[in-house]
Amino acid sequence: MYRYDEFDSKLVNERVEQFRRQTVRRLSGELNEDQFKPLRLMNGLYLQLHAYMLRINVPYGTLAAKQMRQLAHVARTYDKSYGHFTTRQNIQYNWIQLKDVPDALADLAAVEMHGIQSSGNCIRNTTSDQYAGVAADEISDPRVYCEIIRQWSTLHPEFSYLPRKFKIAVTGAPHDRAAVKVHDIGLIMHRNAAGQDGFEVIVGGGQGRTPFIGKTIRDWLEPEHLLSYLEAILRVYNLDGRRDNKYKARIKILVHQIGAEEFTRRVEAEWAEIKDSALKLPQAEIDRINAYFAPPEYEQLSNETELLARQGADNPAFHAWCAANLADHKVAGYAIANISLKGLELPPGDMTDKQMDAVADLADTYSFAEIRINHRQNLVLPSVRQKDLLPLWEKLTEQRLASANIGHISDMIACPGLDYCALANARSIPIAQEINERFMDMDRVHNIGELTINISGCMNACGHHHVGHIGILGVDKRGEEYYQFTLGGASDETASLGDRTGKGFPADKAVDAVETILNTYLHYRNSGERFIDTYRRIGMAPFKEALYGSA
Amino acid sequence: MALLKNGELADDIYADVRELEDIPPSGAILVSLRQWDSQRDALLARHESIGIALKSDEKPELIAADLEQFDTVALEFPAFGDGRAYSYARLLRDRYGYAGELRAIGDVLLEQLHFMHRVGFDAFLIDSDDAISAWKTALADLSVWYQPTGDGRASAVELRHDSD
Repeated sequence: MYRYDEFDSKLVNERVEQFRRQTVRRLSGELNEDQFKPLRLMNGLYLQLHAYMLRINVPYGTLAAKQMRQLAHVARTYDKSYGHFTTRQNIQYNWIQLKDVPDALADLAAVEMHGIQSSGNCIRNTTSDQYAGVAADEISDPRVYCEIIRQWSTLHPEFSYLPRKFKIAVTGAPHDRAAVKVHDIGLIMHRNAAGQDGFEVIVGGGQGRTPFIGKTIRDWLEPEHLLSYLEAILRVYNLDGRRDNKYKARIKILVHQIGAEEFTRRVEAEWAEIKDSALKLPQAEIDRINAYFAPPEYEQLSNETELLARQGADNPAFHAWCAANLADHKVAGYAIANISLKGLELPPGDMTDKQMDAVADLADTYSFAEIRINHRQNLVLPSVRQKDLLPLWEKLTEQRLASANIGHISDMIACPGLDYCALANARSIPIAQEINERFMDMDRVHNIGELTINISGCMNACGHHHVGHIGILGVDKRGEEYYQFTLGGASDETASLGDRTGKGFPADKAVDAVETILNTYLHYRNSGERFIDTYRRIGMAPFKEALYGSA
Repeated sequence: MALLKNGELADDIYADVRELEDIPPSGAILVSLRQWDSQRDALLARHESIGIALKSDEKPELIAADLEQFDTVALEFPAFGDGRAYSYARLLRDRYGYAGELRAIGDVLLEQLHFMHRVGFDAFLIDSDDAISAWKTALADLSVWYQPTGDGRASAVELRHDSD
């Protein structure tokens, strides 16, 4: 993992003290809320429906056990003993008091964490593949460049007052687990015939009111030019992005309105001017950061296929957990273990302080003290010896963290919705909980197979409904909550936006609609065919007919 | 309003004539792009100091060829959140080689002085009773910079590899 050096630590500590002074001025009345707002937003502090909300970045989803323990401490000391992991590899505290925020930030700075630029019209937390560095299918480790981008984007003086927020995601694997095509900038690492790494640059993806799949504007960018190219894109956006309407201010609208070709022309022209400037990355800096991501000291092990089969035969619940929650590790004898935060007890992504401490301990014991957060609001222990999976699972079960549902129906993304959010039109969490309760039979869940249901409580689409295999959007219809459905969305390398089924359903009929959609799928699917593939093969008509009757 | 220049209070030598129909016959003046475009020859014939103020939708390339005629370029922030002028400032300094006074006007928050200074502004028209101490605070808040912006501050990357 990356560790702060003297420069990184100094910057974060200075930022905390700066915000402490600003908070004192706000509490004394010297600053009014209007004046304070831009200052607190740049430090991740929102004012929500009921209270302040503090959003802390987990840079590219990588978290040390020690950092997780500090997140638990912050939850316990300054909040109601829980935190909420978001789709952007952040954690949110929903009940923090303004007077406590500087202390909470100081505690987090002590473990190299911060909330800088977790809100505001600036470059947000750079996100990545939660399996970075360990995935069997990985071409190159994206974390090195995520860290380089993190530093470059932090307090960037030119790009802190952009037309709108700006999100960058990076993946180094052919299977895209970071949803890079629905980000303002998505970077995909490729390796050429000479064994060199380079980036494919995708711009203008996004969700929200006007969703777009991003367009590739450059097939190959050498790593030394990464920052100059990003700076060129950001400058074109800062200069030409719309500022007259905040709903049309994201870069996707600019790319759409002037066209990808013209946008590319402007970026390339700007880049030609700055390509050989001080932004060119010295190899020494790439090497310095790369050294932090050296693999841990793996043991020489063999895959434990037989042992796991035997343990699974004795223990069907463990077998189910392995089948759903493990992913292939690049090193023999190890597994990537996902920890689902989609249990029955808590809303999606929520975790208590005790669970955080427990996961930190498990990471220490079983996974080189490292944890990952993914954009589907789950956790990952990246490197677990296969022979340790059974004891790990037993301990997760004690913590109620052993839901065997990764990639399945109850592994939903849901935004906080009207229960917390000032923007929401409808509640998301109760719909997620109802789906969870309706689909408790794990045999049925596994029979349905790989499926993503994403739920947003308003058209801002924080719950990623456009790219859910089944997307659910809460709307307000004459004071009542209604839920509209989309089918066929995906955020991976085959990214697509879902199609609307038709008119929405009232809250008490929404989960019935989910059942109808799934029964239709089960009726039509070929053997072994995933929901998304069935939908892509047969189209909307059968689903429409099942939901609304024949026209 | 106070004019801060290079960290000191300074007298504003310019008469702001941007809204005037008739420009006074003598004295230093701050003109709009529209005035400059329509009265260029007459303004030059005055042989007095000229500053030009660009609105946030007027790109500096519009005056790039004339930069040596101006003692001041003022960039307007119509609202503190409109960040176009940060890029304009960098273009003026890095691309067009402008070395004269670069002044931030409009909705300029004290908290923004640091970033503005980093992109090339050296003068600020601000609403503050104690502009000097606001300036000192703004500059002292941070002492680590990740980005090279041509402002003379060494970036963290440069400092890390200084001895390489």
